[in-house]
Amino acid sequence: MKVLTLNFLTCAVKACKSSSDSFPLHPKDCELVSDELEVNSALLTNVLTRVDWKALTTTAAELGFPTLPATPPTPEELAGDEKMLKELHTLLMETQINEGKLVCGHCGHEYAVKEGIANFLLPNHLV
Amino acid sequence: MSRPEDTLPPDLHYNDTEARKYTTSSRIQNIQASMTNRALELLDLDTPSMILDIGCGSGLSGEILSSVDPSEGGPHIWVGMDISASMLDIALQRDVEGDLMLADIGQGVPFRAGSFDAAISISAIQWLCNAESSEVSSTGRLSRFFNGLYASLKRGGRAVCQFYPKNDLQRTMISGAAIKAGFGAGILEDDPGTKNAKLYLVLTVGGSANEGDSGDITGVVKGMEGVDVLDARRKHKEKGRKEMKKGSKAWINHKKAQMEAKGKVVKHSSKYTGRSRNIAF
Repeated sequence: MKVLTLNFLTCAVKACKSSSDSFPLHPKDCELVSDELEVNSALLTNVLTRVDWKALTTTAAELGFPTLPATPPTPEELAGDEKMLKELHTLLMETQINEGKLVCGHCGHEYAVKEGIANFLLPNHLV
Repeated sequence: MSRPEDTLPPDLHYNDTEARKYTTSSRIQNIQASMTNRALELLDLDTPSMILDIGCGSGLSGEILSSVDPSEGGPHIWVGMDISASMLDIALQRDVEGDLMLADIGQGVPFRAGSFDAAISISAIQWLCNAESSEVSSTGRLSRFFNGLYASLKRGGRAVCQFYPKNDLQRTMISGAAIKAGFGAGILEDDPGTKNAKLYLVLTVGGSANEGDSGDITGVVKGMEGVDVLDARRKHKEKGRKEMKKGSKAWINHKKAQMEAKGKVVKHSSKYTGRSRNIAF
C-alpha cells in the first residue's frame, strides 16, 4: 500500500468517526518495499493539494524518513524544483507498505497489512 | 439465468475457482472493459486523478484506469476495495498498479473527506441489496456505503456505478439511497430493452465544476451522442406551472372532457366551442 493511500485512510470503526485521533493511522512493525514508478508531475501536483501535510509529516517520521519541510510546497515551487518532486514521488508513490499493521490512534484497532493489502473488514458490532 | 447474488454472499461466491474463472473468461473481460471505458467517458476526467474503484475484484477495471493515455488525461492512480480475498489474490498475481484493500463496502468507505477525484464501480453495488445475516439490513448497508462515498469524494467529483439490479425495486432502492446521501443522481441505460441492457448510476457531489452547466445531473451527458434525457421531474414541473384561465377555450375543453369521463352527457364540441363572440353592436 502506498504512503499516499495511507494519507487518506481513516479508522473504519463507527465510534472513531467523530474523533480527530482516528486519522492518520499509525504504521506499526512495517516492512517497506520500493516499487519503481515513472514520475508523473501532473498527478503529483493534483494530488498534493489534497494531501494532509501534517499527517504526512507524522507518517514519514514513523516510517523513518528524513524530516519534511514544515509547509507543503506550492504547485509553482514544485514545478521549479526537480529534486523536491523526485523526493515526494519516492515517498508518496514508490514507497509501499508490504507487511505490517496500521493502528488507530483513538480505539487502538489494528488493521493488518499482508502482501500490500490492508484488511479493513470489521466485525458487525463495530460498524 | 440465475443470479450469483441470490445464492451466496460475495466473499464466499468468489472463491479461488470462481475468481479465476471470472478473470480468465475473455467474454467477461470484454464486457468489463467496455463498461469501464463507458464509465470513464461519463467521468470526463482531463487530468491524472485519484480514483476509487469499488468492488475492484481482480483489477480488470483498474488496469484500464492505469493505462489511460496521457493525451486523454491519464494515467490515473486508483485504490481498489473488494470483499473477496480470492479476487484480490488474483489481482496480486496479475500485478496491478493500484492499491488494494480487503473491505466490505456495506460497512462504509474508510477514507477521509475529499480524498478522491472520482469513483468507479463495475458490477458491484447490487450485492449491497442482500443482507447476509439478521444483524444487518440492506438499507443500512446501502446508506452506509453511499454516505461514506459521498464524504470521500471531493466537491464537484463524480461517481459512476454500473450495476445489475434484480428488479425495479432494487433499482429504486439503490438510486433512492444515493439521493438520500446527498448525491445528484441519474441513471443512464445503454441498449435499453435488450438482453445486454447496462445500467449506470451517475452521481455528482455538489455543483458542477464547469461554468455554464446548470449543475443538474443531465449536464453529465451533455454533448454525448445517442443519449436521450428522460426527465420525470420536468414533466411534473410543467404540469404545475400551466394554470388554465377559467373560461378560456382550453379550460372549457378540459371541463367537457372531465365531465365526459365521468359519464355525463356533454354537448359535442365544434369550431364554435369556447369561441369569443363579436361585440354585439
